[in-house]
Amino acid sequence: MAFGAAPTRCICRPGVSYSRGSQAGCTMTYLEFEKPLAEIEGKAEELRALARKNEAMDVEKEAVALDKKAADLLRELYKSLDPWRKCQVARHPDRPHCKDYIEALFTEYTPLAGDRNFADDPAVMGGLARFNDTPVVVIGHEKGHDTKSRIEHNFGMARPEGYRKAIRLMDLADRFGLPVITLIDTPGAYPGKGAEERGQAEAIARSTQKCLEIKVPLISVVIGEGGSGGAVAFATGDRVAMLEHSIYSVISPEGCASILWKDAEKMREAAEALRLTAQDLLKLGVIDRIIAEPLGGAQRNANAAMAAVGSEIALLLDELREKGPDLVPERRRKYLAMGAKGLAA
Amino acid sequence: MNWISNYVRPKINSLFSRREVPENLWTKCPECGTMLFHRELSENLNVCTSCEHHMAITPRERFAALFDGGVFVEVPVPDPVIDPLAFRDQKKYPDRLKAAQKAAGEKEAMLVADGEVGRTPIIAAAQDFSFMAGSMGMYVGNAIVAAAERAVMLRRPLVLFAAAGGARMQEGILSLMQMPRTTVAVQMLNEAGLPYIVVLTHPTTGGVTASYAMLGDVQIAEPNALICFAGPRVIEQTIREKLPEGFQRAEYLLDHGMLDRVTHRKKLRDEIISILRMLMRQPQAIVADLPAPSR
Ligand SMILES: [Zn+2]
Repeated sequence: MAFGAAPTRCICRPGVSYSRGSQAGCTMTYLEFEKPLAEIEGKAEELRALARKNEAMDVEKEAVALDKKAADLLRELYKSLDPWRKCQVARHPDRPHCKDYIEALFTEYTPLAGDRNFADDPAVMGGLARFNDTPVVVIGHEKGHDTKSRIEHNFGMARPEGYRKAIRLMDLADRFGLPVITLIDTPGAYPGKGAEERGQAEAIARSTQKCLEIKVPLISVVIGEGGSGGAVAFATGDRVAMLEHSIYSVISPEGCASILWKDAEKMREAAEALRLTAQDLLKLGVIDRIIAEPLGGAQRNANAAMAAVGSEIALLLDELREKGPDLVPERRRKYLAMGAKGLAA
Repeated sequence: MNWISNYVRPKINSLFSRREVPENLWTKCPECGTMLFHRELSENLNVCTSCEHHMAITPRERFAALFDGGVFVEVPVPDPVIDPLAFRDQKKYPDRLKAAQKAAGEKEAMLVADGEVGRTPIIAAAQDFSFMAGSMGMYVGNAIVAAAERAVMLRRPLVLFAAAGGARMQEGILSLMQMPRTTVAVQMLNEAGLPYIVVLTHPTTGGVTASYAMLGDVQIAEPNALICFAGPRVIEQTIREKLPEGFQRAEYLLDHGMLDRVTHRKKLRDEIISILRMLMRQPQAIVADLPAPSR
């Protein structure tokens, strides 16, 4: 079931196409619940633009007041995001994606392509790289950042080739004693004809199995959406961390709503019921860590978010390195015990 | 699916005792429309005598036909936390569970048994599609882990009959976590050198297919069973085209290299005995020596 649904485009300057890091005014994409924020920030921006044209005008005081109002509102909005809002934030197009993390946190990244069977899957990035000088294998779903790259990467929805490439890379890591780091960000496995014909289910099952077979450390970080089996296939790690506003679920709230409520519009209720937030998953013992995001989410300060993920990976790597050369028994015990306690426990 | 609701129930039946009722019931084949005597159908393992359509079969019926003399012992499955997420959609999950238990007459969606097949001791597990679409939650996970642990302890093979609509949504992420969890169970069998045979029955879909149901040493399917990860409707909505005839059915998967065999339900028992004995390097079973199945 695809997680789907795009946030609303920038409303302070409708029609202006978004580009990452652009200096020309609007670079923000606002979510629906951020509309009031967009208005205030838009007003402040307008005032400053006016002052730039007319030097006699002194608007700074007013603009600063608006900035403060916006900051307060942002803090208020993000203080307690409900699960459906978290879904929207997790899917925000401006959030740093796998590619950004690899560029920011790894050196000497050397992509390794193909499943040696059928094709290379552009929805799954992977290869050798160094993390703080340590050689590792890094694997992740890449969603793309604009229409063209999104189509190229199939919106981060992997086909069997993607899982089989990951299996191959995990094997490589295991044989050479390299830790594996996986970055999870997928609406789910691609529901396509060819994907099914080439054994989507089997590929996912084998990838999950591979996660449970490699002796080397396996660290998984959910950086956006952890969509169902497509996520599990890479996220069955020794340690699983989630960004504060990321989600991880058996089904998308829309899909769940249309099945159980017979109404896809009940996604808010479904998001609530599914317990898909990092905070709930930590309580359930499904994940090990939550990585705090900058105020307003990773999309507002990509560098800070990526740095936080980097420090967490470093900590987890150190922790796992001390555990000796074979992490399989402990990893299996961990997954065997999964779900033994409910939320109440 | 719900063939049992299609039966014709003459008023007069209510005069007879429950035990006599089945002989007078008819079941309409959902495939060819033939009216079949309930008893005749059940003797034929719920396979239509006219068109060979394989209808649903409960784990108990399956085991009665599978094990020598229909004799098996239920393997206890540890109880999970009920409703671990306090899940509520239009109904509360515990209410849905109770309704399913009442309708299916079973505690949950999987039954595990210990017994002999052709004098070959095995552990068998069967998923019950009539129980919340056989969906995989904590209980099904517990059942598979219990089955694997018992198989390893007694050094026996495990035969698993899969049937499921996928993961149990009402258990959210914990149902998803049954994918790695049951994979560990399969690995326990693999490492103990014990055969694990999967029989895929109609329908087996979603997270179940993407975990224990696709990891068998030998993968057998019943004819025409729907076996997939994403269902045909989801795919049609995504790619906006009609899917070919027979897409995601057992024979289609066999053609695409995704299965070892497609086997008629009535031939399954002999085939399972034969494969298991070869994998366990045991002498060939002498058919004449075998006790007849119960029906
Ligand atoms: Zn028929």
